Amino acid sequence: MSGPLLSARNVTKRFGSRVACRGVSFDLWPGEVLGVVGESGSGKTTLLNCLAGRMTPDDGSVTYETASAGVVDVHRLSEARRRLLARTEWGFVNQDAREGLRMGVSAGANIGERLMAIGARHYGNIRQTASDWLERVEIEADRLDDRPATYSGGMRQRLQIARNLVSEPRLVFMDEPTGGLDVSVQARLLDLLRGLVDRFHLSAVLVTHDLGVARLLTHRLMVMQGGEVVEEGLTDQVLDDPQHAYTQMLVASILPV
Amino acid sequence: MPDTHNASAYNYAYLDEQTKRMIRRAILKAVAVPGYQVPFGGREMPLPYGWGTGGIQVTAAIIGRDDTLKVIDQGADDTTNAVSIRRFFARVADVDTTTRTEEATIIQTRHRVPETPLEEGQIIVFQVPIPEPLRMLEPRETETRTLHALSEYGVMQVSLYESIARHGRISKAYNYPVLVNGRYMMSPSPIPKFDNPKLDRNPALQLYGAGREKRIYAVPPYTPVKSLDFDDHPFEIEKWEQCCAFCGSKSSFLDEMIVDDDGQRLFVCSDTDYCQERQEEQRQAANQEAAK
Amino acid sequence: MYVAVKGGETAIAHSLELLADRRRGDRDVPELSLQQIDEQLALAVDRVMTEGSCYDRELAALAIKQARGDLVEAIFLLRAYRTTLPRFGDTMPIDTSRMIAERRISSTFKDVPGGQVLGPTFDYTHRLLDFALMANGGDHPAAPTAPVDASRDLPRVGDILEREGMLEVPPAGDSNESQDITRTPLTFPAARPVRLQNLARGDEGFLLALAYSTQRGYGNNHPFVGEIRFGAVPVSFVPEELGFEIEIAEIDVTECDMVNQFAGSHDKPPQFTRGYGLAFGHAERKAMSMALVDRALRVDELGERASSPAQDEEFVLMHSDSVEASGFVQHLKLPHYVDFQSELVVVRTLRAEVEARLQQAAE
Repeated sequence: MSGPLLSARNVTKRFGSRVACRGVSFDLWPGEVLGVVGESGSGKTTLLNCLAGRMTPDDGSVTYETASAGVVDVHRLSEARRRLLARTEWGFVNQDAREGLRMGVSAGANIGERLMAIGARHYGNIRQTASDWLERVEIEADRLDDRPATYSGGMRQRLQIARNLVSEPRLVFMDEPTGGLDVSVQARLLDLLRGLVDRFHLSAVLVTHDLGVARLLTHRLMVMQGGEVVEEGLTDQVLDDPQHAYTQMLVASILPV
Repeated sequence: MPDTHNASAYNYAYLDEQTKRMIRRAILKAVAVPGYQVPFGGREMPLPYGWGTGGIQVTAAIIGRDDTLKVIDQGADDTTNAVSIRRFFARVADVDTTTRTEEATIIQTRHRVPETPLEEGQIIVFQVPIPEPLRMLEPRETETRTLHALSEYGVMQVSLYESIARHGRISKAYNYPVLVNGRYMMSPSPIPKFDNPKLDRNPALQLYGAGREKRIYAVPPYTPVKSLDFDDHPFEIEKWEQCCAFCGSKSSFLDEMIVDDDGQRLFVCSDTDYCQERQEEQRQAANQEAAK
Repeated sequence: MYVAVKGGETAIAHSLELLADRRRGDRDVPELSLQQIDEQLALAVDRVMTEGSCYDRELAALAIKQARGDLVEAIFLLRAYRTTLPRFGDTMPIDTSRMIAERRISSTFKDVPGGQVLGPTFDYTHRLLDFALMANGGDHPAAPTAPVDASRDLPRVGDILEREGMLEVPPAGDSNESQDITRTPLTFPAARPVRLQNLARGDEGFLLALAYSTQRGYGNNHPFVGEIRFGAVPVSFVPEELGFEIEIAEIDVTECDMVNQFAGSHDKPPQFTRGYGLAFGHAERKAMSMALVDRALRVDELGERASSPAQDEEFVLMHSDSVEASGFVQHLKLPHYVDFQSELVVVRTLRAEVEARLQQAAE
């Protein structure tokens, strides 16, 4: 693989007269975790949805290097191919786990779905793989047949991660993966995520308003304000030595714990 | 005002020719794409929705004076609904009717496939309540159409997985989903899974009509029809310990009947024609024996 | 000895005879005539025509008589008959501003050009059973009516508001969007003309419940009755052979214009929005319910968020038809013993497996 895994060029998205994000460009290389930080309304979630093919930008393009079919323009793909990509080479972790899970079926079925969708037909093997993944995300094995409705918020989030990673995706999009969780639960989840990213050489685009999460998980950072990228660079550099006034304000407003 | 009691006030087989043509076009599309649900402009019929209007419209569109029609419900010719539909066609289509499977050119059925194997040239018309196999998993029509178009059937496999996780086996007993010609997932109508194997590569033409939902689909002769399963939980059909109390069959679908207040049970072939024919053969064989 | 059930044909024949007998009832009681039903149960006839999608008072009365007063059954009869009728074309849209209104009211203004005409309605009655009606032949003097000027059009309140820009112009219909849902199947997303067709034929009870739900907060759209009018309108048709419009009939319709919550954005000034309802005969509850549900289903078009059943297009349009609903619900009465047998087999197998497992665990 010679080029970047994911490239955005001038991605712009409007809602009526309001510009949600404007002129965003970057390259994501294999093994990188790119953070997108900003307050709510900064356009970061809209950007993420455009990158992941869930929304179509009004301007600009997003390209992705597939495993075996070269580079594709995400928004020029047929719906069939985009959905297949989303189920195999990509993952998407929603802030609210309920949106990324089937609440009415067991954890095992949730994790096994991607496998079944691409043709896995051995119940025992699917179940075993699901069980292995449950272990990897630190959920007790005897919860395999329980439904996510019976899980705590943190467990649901870990289940959502397992459901995504079972297909060994090359690129994971994450929208505030620790949002809405208890501080201690967050910490555990962050540790888990960091371990999984390392172990499986994941590349990721991670949207968060929490600079602590960004510090822990991301290599590079883009700071968004009012739909535009105002600063970018290596995470530590941006957070330790912010150049833009807005970044400085964000950094300054982290309450020391 | 036309005399509504005079059958000749209605067109042959009740439907006007325009409507029949529209239905036949839908049938042709359905045959061309096995298992795919073709929307059609279903009409109100003199029988209520849910009582076979889809099957009736399909039959009405294909039937002619040379046809011989058999109508069964739950496998029997004399259940009230089968009787009602057979009378309807006898009146409006002036056509011969029969209870013998071998003699029929068109067999309209609710919830069973006859035990007697069908032959080339026969047409079996299924009455379908809910044509969409994914409906109970996904209530939205817009979404299920997309799933079929993209061949995204994971959700059904997930429901079978869940069944095994919960019960130790796939517990779906009837309306068991199938894959037709390796492409479209189809609901075979609420036939017991016992009858699913009969659909596979059947020499007859299978037509499926859903009147209320306004869909027609088809399986052309000799088309592969595979019931969904897992490699380590293969599809299997119902078995009984008992055999038919009248003809002794060990291989047909049996109806269980409660015959007295103590809950005594009697098991009898669901397919009345099949049972009667076997009984007739046995009687003749017994007579021949006696004559010797 | 057990004998297999036979004789379905005979049983059915007897059932039909019994039904006819019950329909007639006590032979000493005079038989109902179609005129009596049409005249004295007129509102039942109106409903059957509306949901039966066929304007013919005599046929609707016949259906009601044959259905023994079960209106959903009568609607079914009329629909089934309608299926057999040949089509020779489509009429021009009826113009309700040409209505000779027997009743016309507006809740949005105290007075409107043309006046608030109360007409015949239950609205001002006290719901006290009138025992005088127990005996026939009471005193029924004809009610006096004011002379009607048929040459004057009756301007719609909505048109007046529209001219000021206060009420949205009715969205222009795309002729490609229009289809006859009794000939072609419903597909989603459905255009507004298709939705209105579906609602016009829809079961009054279902639409009433949905409309009610919006008022109670399940997708409230702050409705006001802009106008309700009931009366006779001409029906025109352009026969191919003539090439010009001729009037072929006069029908009674009830029309309801709802004026709803105003939409608007930063750039567009706010306007009131519309809901529309139409029914054959005098059917205000139906027309009003239809208008509320119509407005609820316009969420996508008006950029609103759908959050309730009345705003869910598939939910509303797929379940609004009383003939479909009644058929499928009642089909449960048909034999299902084969499928039940299959379930019995499965349940017995599962029970045996569970019992065996428990036994083993106990040992």
